[in-house]
Amino acid sequence: MNKNNKLRLVCVGNGMAGMRALEELLKLAPDLYDITMFGAEPHPNYNRILLSPVLAGEQTLQEIMLNDLDWYAQHNIRLHLGKKVTTIDRIKRVVHAEDGTTAEYDRLLLATGSNPILLPIPGMTLPGVLTYRDIADTESMISAASQHKSAVVIGGGLLGLEAANGLKQRGMDVTVVHLAEWLMERQLDRTASKLLQGSLEKKGLRFRLATQTAELVAGESGRVAAVRFKDGSTVAAELVVVAIGIRPNIELAEKAGLYCNRGIVVSDTMQTYDPRIYAVGECANHRGIAYGLVAPLFDMARVCANHLAGHGIGRYTGSLTSTKLKVTGIELFSAGDFQGSDGAEDITLSDPLRGVYKKLVIKDDKLIGSVLYGDTVDGAYYFRLLTEGSKVSAIRDQLMFGDAVTAAH
Amino acid sequence: MPEVHSTCCYCGVGCGVIIDRREGRITGVRGDPKHPANFGRLCGKGQTLHETVGGHGRALHPELRLDRNTPRARVSWDAALDHVAEKFADTIKKHGPDSVAFYISGQLLTEDYYTFNKLARALVGTNNVDSNSRLCMSSAVAGYKATLGADAPPTCYEDIDHADCIVIAGSNAAWAHPVLFRRIEDAKAKNPDLKIIVIDPRRTATAEIADLHLAIQPGTDVVLFHGMLNALLWENLSNTAYIEAHTQGYDALKTLVREYSPGFAAEVCGITTEELLTAARWFGTARAALSLYCMGLNQSSSGADKNAALINLHLATGHIGRPGAGPFSLTGQPNAMGGRETGAMANLLIGHRDLNDANDRAEVAKLWDVPSIPSHPGKTAVEMFAAIARGEIKAVWIACTNPAQSLPGQNAVRDALMQAELVVLQETYADTETAPYADVLLPAAGWGEKEGTVTNSERRISRVRAAVDAPGEARPDWRIVCDFAMLLERKIHGHASARFAFDNPRQIFNEYREMTRGRNTDITGLGYATLDAKGPQQWPYAVGAREGKQRLYENGVFPIAGGRARFAAVPYKPVAENIDARFPFRLTTGRLRDQWHGMTRSGRVARLWGHAPEPAVSLNPADLARRGLVAGDIVRLESRRGALNVIAAADPGVAPGQAFLPMHWGSRYLSGAGINALTLPVIDPKSFQPELKHCAIKVSKALLPWRLIAFGTPRDGDALAQLTRVQAWLPEFEFASCALTPDAGGVLLRAAAGTAPAADVLEAIHALFELDSEDVLRYADPTRGNARCVRLDGERVVAVCLSGDGSSESWLREFHAQGLPAAALGALLLAPTARAPAGATSRGRIICSCHGVGENAIVTAMQGAAGDATARLGSAQQQLLCGTQCGSCLPELRKLAAAAVVAA
Repeated sequence: MNKNNKLRLVCVGNGMAGMRALEELLKLAPDLYDITMFGAEPHPNYNRILLSPVLAGEQTLQEIMLNDLDWYAQHNIRLHLGKKVTTIDRIKRVVHAEDGTTAEYDRLLLATGSNPILLPIPGMTLPGVLTYRDIADTESMISAASQHKSAVVIGGGLLGLEAANGLKQRGMDVTVVHLAEWLMERQLDRTASKLLQGSLEKKGLRFRLATQTAELVAGESGRVAAVRFKDGSTVAAELVVVAIGIRPNIELAEKAGLYCNRGIVVSDTMQTYDPRIYAVGECANHRGIAYGLVAPLFDMARVCANHLAGHGIGRYTGSLTSTKLKVTGIELFSAGDFQGSDGAEDITLSDPLRGVYKKLVIKDDKLIGSVLYGDTVDGAYYFRLLTEGSKVSAIRDQLMFGDAVTAAH
Repeated sequence: MPEVHSTCCYCGVGCGVIIDRREGRITGVRGDPKHPANFGRLCGKGQTLHETVGGHGRALHPELRLDRNTPRARVSWDAALDHVAEKFADTIKKHGPDSVAFYISGQLLTEDYYTFNKLARALVGTNNVDSNSRLCMSSAVAGYKATLGADAPPTCYEDIDHADCIVIAGSNAAWAHPVLFRRIEDAKAKNPDLKIIVIDPRRTATAEIADLHLAIQPGTDVVLFHGMLNALLWENLSNTAYIEAHTQGYDALKTLVREYSPGFAAEVCGITTEELLTAARWFGTARAALSLYCMGLNQSSSGADKNAALINLHLATGHIGRPGAGPFSLTGQPNAMGGRETGAMANLLIGHRDLNDANDRAEVAKLWDVPSIPSHPGKTAVEMFAAIARGEIKAVWIACTNPAQSLPGQNAVRDALMQAELVVLQETYADTETAPYADVLLPAAGWGEKEGTVTNSERRISRVRAAVDAPGEARPDWRIVCDFAMLLERKIHGHASARFAFDNPRQIFNEYREMTRGRNTDITGLGYATLDAKGPQQWPYAVGAREGKQRLYENGVFPIAGGRARFAAVPYKPVAENIDARFPFRLTTGRLRDQWHGMTRSGRVARLWGHAPEPAVSLNPADLARRGLVAGDIVRLESRRGALNVIAAADPGVAPGQAFLPMHWGSRYLSGAGINALTLPVIDPKSFQPELKHCAIKVSKALLPWRLIAFGTPRDGDALAQLTRVQAWLPEFEFASCALTPDAGGVLLRAAAGTAPAADVLEAIHALFELDSEDVLRYADPTRGNARCVRLDGERVVAVCLSGDGSSESWLREFHAQGLPAAALGALLLAPTARAPAGATSRGRIICSCHGVGENAIVTAMQGAAGDATARLGSAQQQLLCGTQCGSCLPELRKLAAAAVVAA
């Protein structure tokens, strides 16, 4: 407790999850805590999921800032920017940052996010090889795009495609290399993925699917110059962006002896095995799942804030996730279990003339997943059905035709 | 000369046509204003004849297979005919002349008929030559011969204009003989006092014009006629002077009909006594009573008796041999009469001679310069196929007819065709139901491609003329027969005589003509030159005559020893197969307005599909309701011989307890063996005609929950080629039917099954309708068995397949048919809604095929018109042109005009 008899809350991670938890908390109990925030990046809080439009030149960094420094001041939040917390002393309940800054806590909120996964291949450390995570990465790409022509994005997932699209928008020749047979295989089925690929190809992107990268090859300047694949072929690349996935950032928690298993393991109240310590966001593993999308983070933040505020009534039971690709001109929505496990039933619709493809997955008379491509108007409707888990047999035949037709029926 | 005068090849009215041609192709057809059968009129079928000849399905070159497991291969004419001659010679040598048979057609020309007849009787030495007229007219033949002494309709079309009472019995002339019916309508319009009595179990389009419709129970015609005669006698309406002067056998008949009191007869017939008495009184008090009758009397196990019993009424009242009076048998085929005249049927002999008469046989033998004509009758159509099945007949030559569609008891018929050692098919079309059974296919010239003569219902002989050359290697029928006969003669006798050395049909006609000398059919005064110069002529037309005889028996002298007509004291016999608890429905059969026979020709014309777009069985709405059925359900019809799944339609004109199926649907349009899978091969012992008109069936809901409807216009515009591809799939489904779509030049397939078929079947159907391309809109819910595909071409819907839930069928069909803009609907085209997402209006059933006018537009036009029904009709005709061309739809238009009173 501090001198004002306030509980001390320290938040490690100034990203979207940590900030959202604080915002929610301030709504519930604005005066309960004396708050300290550590952010490893030198910026105040920003909307990370809008980095792609920034890269594509559709928005500016200024536009994606969420809370400026004044906001922190207004809310009496002690902000440590550019300071990376390296140790948690759980006995003394104090955190230590790299630069020696310390902060004592009564409650600790870990929102350390995730790190990009790197490829275990030669050349990953060459100049011109980037991952895609934060503002610095984005600025590096923007700068590379102004000086270089050829780019390779390794990873045809959501982030990789957004990066590729952004680089293309900035005038680069971009090749996307993907290990799986189709793009975004974790969010799309083959059909939707092929439609997406076609749309992106029309925008000028090139693709190497089912392709494994062997090596990043340096040029004469020492900067990366090409990507070599397992089959021996190469593609010129003055910029390589590796976006093959993320891994929860659990380094700090593990060092503090918190139980981790591909994420900091949390309960339904977002508490770690040390009940004073909470974890939210991409760093957390809740019921075996570490989420990489924004919507669950917000859910977690709300529950966590509720507990920190002392209400103790919120429980987080997991999130159904939905994905939208932030590439202008491409409408794509994916939610739930769209691959369909045993006993799942697919309903599909395609309208190639308009580039529309939709798939609904039903199991035990409930909608469990959906993929929409080209027309995502009903995404929210399906997501509602998905989260409500209501029976669909009565509306099943109309379901595909969306809210309007179903309601009219 | 760009135009050629010929005749229509459909029904027996025998309308004259003018064929337009350009660059060796037939480009159009219209009615011949000078032809006395039609004076320029044509029905919808006749108007579209030119669309039946040029395109798909024609047999273009001879084909032969040596074993049944390989498909037929193209061969030369010489090879084909030599093979057949060898087989026939060998069979005749080993098993005798009666081991071969010829099954020919009322659509052949007289010259073709003559050569076939001569081939069978003079060369092979068998009477096994019978025609599909056996299914059509043989009861009329037997009825005329039994009463009037000769197979000759004593009347003419002009009698319609003179009659003041017309009995239409067992004939839906409004649909089956539309041009003749126009004449009846005209007569009625000119003389409102003309009484028209229609006798038909169904309330047909013909019945709409009737002053009195006697909806008798099927098969009770003899009771009705005897009951009417009883009333005529009782009320002193008979013509005793005529009876005494010109008839015989009156007392026996009088004794017989004493038992058929009007009350009793009416009860058996299922009508009121009053109705029967009214009919008798109108007939008896008429100045001139004319009866027109057709298959309802003929296609019966007592068909000859039905004919005779009706003729009794004419003899007893003297309504014969005068203008406007007489019993007038309408023929179903264009040259059934020619077949009868040339004696090309198993129990007839040329020139109306008697096969049982040794002198007649000797006369024919002498004329043909052969030792003898075989004395025992040949096998008639139904007997012929039974004999083939038994192995008695080993080789059969089928010409211009389609027994695998048209004969009753199809399952047995098809077994027989499989059983035959050799099946030769001489055909214009290579895609008939019978074609797959043929070991040898001989391509024949078709309508517009051959020369000769035909005789229509009123004994009028018209010239048939070729407008173009036959396509491919097709040859005229007489030529094929003569070429074969000369080959066969060499193989049998070692040399060929001059007996078949004809160079043209004129020579054949002239030889035939000589054989009529002195007969009642004498046409020795008639030749091609006369016909060309003076136009169509009625027979007899003996040498020296200036014209043919318009009416026969004007002097009351009949071609019977003593000159007196015979009354036929024939007792009533019920239908051959009565209903019972297991088979409780009476199935009757008949014609549709815009189709003809097995649809080999009419089925190729898209706009002829507008009036009856899909095969259906008509049932009384109360029967449907009682069985928990609704129109559109697929029902299973079952007789003791076979079963058929077909769509049910509601028709209050069909009496409760009865079902009606059009005769047309065979296995090219329905899964299964067609409607004759159900019908009964029992034949009339006098005429040998089978009872195609009636059998007992049961009706139950077909448990085929999985449904498919596919329709579309092929990319290359070739709907007939697509139809052929679709037809190959019909047997894959428990229920399936296909059709041409009258609009948008497309094809429709409807199918149902107990369970959804394998995915590859559905894929194949999609491929058939070109729904397998990348640009197709698709919806699929395999768990529920729902799959829907729509292909657009620009704004228009061009192909659709709905499997499982087909609730969007009707509006999607409208979109396809009318080419409505659909692209804006996008994926909503796949929505399972019964109504179109945007406000598209339905056109309804096509009533007027000529102008493509639908029911809804007609009703709207009529409801908006002032005045009475006639004014409403006129208004609709003026606005929409419906019923202003062929007039076949006028009965329905009048019905709508009358109904519009109620609506307004």
